[in-house]
Amino acid sequence: MASEKLTSTGYIKHHLQNLTFGQHPDGTWGLAHGADEAKEMGFWAIHVDTMFWSVFLGALFLWLFRKAALRASADTPSGFLNFVEWVIEFIDNNVRSSFSHKNDMVAPLALTLFVWILLMNTMDLVPVDWIPMLASLAGIEYMKVVPTTDPNATFGMAFGVFALTLFYSIKVKGPLGFASELTMQPFQANNPILKIIFIPINFFLEFVSLVAKPLSLSLRLFGNLFAGEMIFILIALLFSGGIVFALAGGVLQWAWAVFHILIVLLQAFIFMILTIVYLEMAHSHH
Amino acid sequence: MEIALMYVAGAVLLGLAGVGVGVGVGVLGARFLEGIARQPELLPMLRTQFFIVMGLVDAIPIIGVAISLYIMFAVIGG
Repeated sequence: MASEKLTSTGYIKHHLQNLTFGQHPDGTWGLAHGADEAKEMGFWAIHVDTMFWSVFLGALFLWLFRKAALRASADTPSGFLNFVEWVIEFIDNNVRSSFSHKNDMVAPLALTLFVWILLMNTMDLVPVDWIPMLASLAGIEYMKVVPTTDPNATFGMAFGVFALTLFYSIKVKGPLGFASELTMQPFQANNPILKIIFIPINFFLEFVSLVAKPLSLSLRLFGNLFAGEMIFILIALLFSGGIVFALAGGVLQWAWAVFHILIVLLQAFIFMILTIVYLEMAHSHH
Repeated sequence: MEIALMYVAGAVLLGLAGVGVGVGVGVLGARFLEGIARQPELLPMLRTQFFIVMGLVDAIPIIGVAISLYIMFAVIGG
């Protein structure tokens, strides 16, 4: 923990602070000590803990699934192989039922997003103080373990999906087709003058719905996990209130963790399903 | 005065989020039960769709809950 006096506000703020690397106002590069310094670094700062955990969990996912793929055979599969097969079949069914065009990239993308987000969300179930405590023993001041409670991570993924949507919209329909999709509906007319009048109205409506997609995709994931993390932190505050409160806190942590499993799974699933649906919309003509 | 207003803001956020999601998930759950009462064989498909829509309905209120808890415990302090 930080050396300042430990208050509940300080505790919460400490938990919500990322380990930020960036340029100090005096021109040197280094880690920020505190929220004020992190703010002064401005835009060109990087959240080291978010990057580390997301890349680490991504690598873990690749390693595990590669191992399963190498061991795959026609014999009776063992426990872990069964699990991987089940996950892949689950993704495959979902993609087949919601995506009707030919694109070899959608199913692997869905699998990656689902397992990766699931792993990142699962870090939320590790008790809130364990890893930050270990990190502070190792001399690292701040450590926010769950990458999906950092809007930078969720916006990064949503922008990736958004870029793919735009790319396939333009590739499948052509630039003109995409432009006409943005300007020629939902209001349609046969009269050319009326058509021109409708263009700005249609463009405004379609543009808002286009931009709302990545925004809602990322904010939904971030909000759910942030709320879960916040409640874990608030329950953890009970541990400072004596033995009775600490016992109640332990029970509450467990109960909330059990309830949170639903949210962890559901949000990973929704992110994947919406990605498939957006790509399907990008491929289909109106 | 300012701190009292912030508490009220947090309470309004939390309360309205609860009202909204209560109505939303209530209607959704009622229709879900009606659906499976009429066609029990559709249960697996309906359950998946139910959870997807519940996740969508849930998103904005849960963001409100997070922000209101943040206001009440971290911004005001105690």
